[in-house]
Amino acid sequence: MSLASTQSVAEIKARNKELINEVLKVYPEKTAKRRAKHLSVHEAGKSDCGVKSNLKSIPGVMTIRGCAYAGSKGVVWGPIKDMIHISHGPVGCGQYSWGSRRNYYVGTTGIDAFGTMQFTSDFQEKDIVFGGDKKLAQVIDEIQGLFPLNHGITIQSECPVGLIGDDIEAVSRAKSKEYDGKTIVPVRCEGFRGVSQSLGHHIANDAVRDWIFDKLTPETERRFESTPYDVAIIGDYNIGGDAWSSRILLEEMGLRVIAQWSGDGSLAELEATPKAKLNILHCYRSMNYISRHMEEKFGIPWCEYNFFGPSKIAESLRKIASFFDDKIREGAERVIAKYQPLVDAVIAKYRPRLEGKSVMLFVGGLRPRHVIGAYEDLGMEVIGTGYEFGHNDDYQRTAQHYVKDGTLIYDDVTGYEFERFVEKIQPDLVGSGIKEKYVFQKMGVPFRQMHSWDYSGPYHGYDGFAIFARDMDMAINSPIWKKTRPPWKEAPRPSLMAAE
Amino acid sequence: MTQNAENVLDHLELFRGPEYQQMLANKRALFENAHDPAEVERIREWAKTPEYREKNFAREELTINPAKACQPLGAVFASVGFEGTLPFVHGSQGCVAYYRSHLSRHFKEPTSCVSSSMTEDAAVFGGLNNMVDGLANSYNMYKPKMIAVSTTCMAEVIGDDLNAFIKTSKEKGSVPAEFDVPFAHTPAFVGSHVTGYDNALKGILEHFWDGKAGSEPKLERKPNERINFIGGFDGYTVGNIREIKRIFEVMGVDYTILADNSDVFDTPTEGEFRMYDGGTTLADAANAIHAKATISMQQYCTEKTLSFIESHGQKAVSFNHPVGVSATDDFLMTLSHITGKAIPKILEQERGRLVDAMADSSAHIHGKRFAIYGDPDLCYGLAAFLLELGAEPTHVLSTNGNKAWEEKMQALFASSQYAKDCHVYPGKDLWHMRSLLFTEPVDLLIGNTYGKYLERDTGTPLIRIGFPVFDRHHHHRYPVWGYQGGLNVLVKILDKIFEEIDKKSNVVGKTDYSFDIIR
Repeated sequence: MSLASTQSVAEIKARNKELINEVLKVYPEKTAKRRAKHLSVHEAGKSDCGVKSNLKSIPGVMTIRGCAYAGSKGVVWGPIKDMIHISHGPVGCGQYSWGSRRNYYVGTTGIDAFGTMQFTSDFQEKDIVFGGDKKLAQVIDEIQGLFPLNHGITIQSECPVGLIGDDIEAVSRAKSKEYDGKTIVPVRCEGFRGVSQSLGHHIANDAVRDWIFDKLTPETERRFESTPYDVAIIGDYNIGGDAWSSRILLEEMGLRVIAQWSGDGSLAELEATPKAKLNILHCYRSMNYISRHMEEKFGIPWCEYNFFGPSKIAESLRKIASFFDDKIREGAERVIAKYQPLVDAVIAKYRPRLEGKSVMLFVGGLRPRHVIGAYEDLGMEVIGTGYEFGHNDDYQRTAQHYVKDGTLIYDDVTGYEFERFVEKIQPDLVGSGIKEKYVFQKMGVPFRQMHSWDYSGPYHGYDGFAIFARDMDMAINSPIWKKTRPPWKEAPRPSLMAAE
Repeated sequence: MTQNAENVLDHLELFRGPEYQQMLANKRALFENAHDPAEVERIREWAKTPEYREKNFAREELTINPAKACQPLGAVFASVGFEGTLPFVHGSQGCVAYYRSHLSRHFKEPTSCVSSSMTEDAAVFGGLNNMVDGLANSYNMYKPKMIAVSTTCMAEVIGDDLNAFIKTSKEKGSVPAEFDVPFAHTPAFVGSHVTGYDNALKGILEHFWDGKAGSEPKLERKPNERINFIGGFDGYTVGNIREIKRIFEVMGVDYTILADNSDVFDTPTEGEFRMYDGGTTLADAANAIHAKATISMQQYCTEKTLSFIESHGQKAVSFNHPVGVSATDDFLMTLSHITGKAIPKILEQERGRLVDAMADSSAHIHGKRFAIYGDPDLCYGLAAFLLELGAEPTHVLSTNGNKAWEEKMQALFASSQYAKDCHVYPGKDLWHMRSLLFTEPVDLLIGNTYGKYLERDTGTPLIRIGFPVFDRHHHHRYPVWGYQGGLNVLVKILDKIFEEIDKKSNVVGKTDYSFDIIR
């Protein structure tokens, strides 16, 4: 049974505040002052979580954050499967982001799909000295020669490209013209820009606007007959197939998904999106920018949804259906009813094993709030959460819809803070990333990677919820956690003592 | 509905359900502007041809699926091998997130490393403030015994001067004046992770031996009987270093392992997270100057370090990731020659057992054609072992291999009757390898995890040896060096060969012959 359920809210709040004071003591004064703004205890009724966010990480602390390149190449653009994404600059960035996000897709890799490949201009010293534009032009030529079925190319800038003043836009324009108007998108996502991967998402969205939408022609605009039920999934990266276990529900309720952004997505789907009747947005953080743009420019409404756990799924299906007619509203009810037996069976099986367990989260994007409902559906409680690269509007959404009074909030948590918090609170489960996983497992705390689902998944949708429940059960209830201390270090049992 | 609560299906099976298959087919047909399957097939076939290979090899600027990473990764890998040492990467912070993830995915272990988190303002004004604040924060928070600084490409492009920055930081009180902050410039646009390993290790030795950046007198070498050992960037560091320590101990050699990261990448689960574990003590790092000789297991990974060591009056020898009988013989005889210690019976017995194992199994390997890719030294070591087994290392490819490595590989081929049709490919990548495997097929492929795409595309069975291995667990715990390590490599190769024979002979009623239980 978790600590949270045995203490009053007032006690929890006092403990959490004390914990925050304790971790701040280790920092030099200036740093402590800066970090204090990012740590808080949620007060019910407040409009946000009481933390500052989207500010620079402090040098020398172990931040969990990545960079703008990771946001653009790793998240937004990389999963577009029929385009070739050039990691433009030195070899490392492309290598480390190669195949590590499990954006599932179907296609013939290396022929008409390129998602799990690493294309790089592999900068050498001479490219830093003389500039990389000529090299880039030749890289594009060589891609065209070897991969004739690619539908487009993006240039994902690494740090040096911006620093040495390369004109990748000029190269893109010239090469696009040379190749009959081919889509070639320069993305200025150098890693030093902004404070985290978040700016990379924004820059990538702007590149979609400027280099895809603004270049639409009657020929590229329409490849199918529109219907009144056309929607686009925005901000699902198809980790372990998430977007597929979501798409199937939308189609079952009578909608037609004309585009997926960007997991298993294609250039044609990006181009078709302005024809959608509604954009449905899963990862608000990474793609609210382009959704707002489509609303302003094309008049397409957008709505956020959450497909983690049956409560939020049902709520979201009804919300999405409310934009449409009775046929779709009935469709939503039919889908909810169809999956109810699965939901009931999953909860009947797993809730008894998970009831009352406490969870601490630290993830990116939408997950620090969105997964809370799924845990609650299983009788679990999220007692601490925070965003790697959230903004104030993320914390507002979290405060207003997700977290309970007294929840510990930690923005851009440092490794040190996170370790102390977990050590003191001893939650039953931590959900975070690969860099945190082994730290907590060494401490004997069950862990799930909530970026990659620990190579399992999908977690979205009803099919995903069954996997989510199974995975949380296997993490928490693994017999291994009873073995972390050798038996000879435990206090000897009285009965054995007596027998001697 | 495919999913069910009693037997929960994850991605592996879930999406094979008819409703998902239909959904994906509809998506492709209606919305993806997909190419005609016949056209995809035509290009797929074309990409297997000699014509495509020629076009592929004519590439000058495009790199596809390279088998190398960048310098700072190697610097982090070397730095964590010192007692209580926190690697501090000066540059933009995303890089550090990548290094930590990359190493953790391979070793299934935490990787502690900080960044100075440089952003736009640092790009304009330089990263001095980031260094000053960063060192102070890391020192206070993580209580290291040493902070080892390296750079990313950003810091290098703007020309930050680490020596001056660290001095200024000390003057400003970020860390005490006498606190050890060795450094190395490790631009990502020069060399690869092996270069970064070399630079960082050299930087650390230079710090201790050459007067701690001008703050102390240089050490004076007083030769003793110790032997320094350097492993190099090695994905098997946990198993290998322990095996090497055992060999030193049974031989009675007095040794110092430099950059010993075997414990920090293998901390036990006991209810406590150890950020630092094991590692070369700082005193040993300093005293290493007095050693009789330094032995490096990887030549191309430690070129600068070894020439630095030699310049201080020490003998330095290197090997090329020795695997197998002759390479281990060579290592042990060199060790014996340098130390004057005899090779003990127990190692002779191990040698005999490896030879015994090879004799038992060589019929299954003899004459088989292999393709190998990886770091230059690893490629050399594996190729030499294959030749010893009577196999043919037909394609040996190293993205970070240079001209000198190419010549050394050629010389190896020239020394063996089995290497007449073997070729070496420095500076090439795994897309080149793909063309090689289609146009000049081999029986087996040896390399890291990324080779699984080649295995799928070309049907060449992959034996995972190298770095990184993300998709198989715990390989790093088993040595590949020494006679014991050679046995591990042999077993890996044999297991794959037998699995392939089983796969080809397991069709009931059709290939029952050859589905043997004794081999």
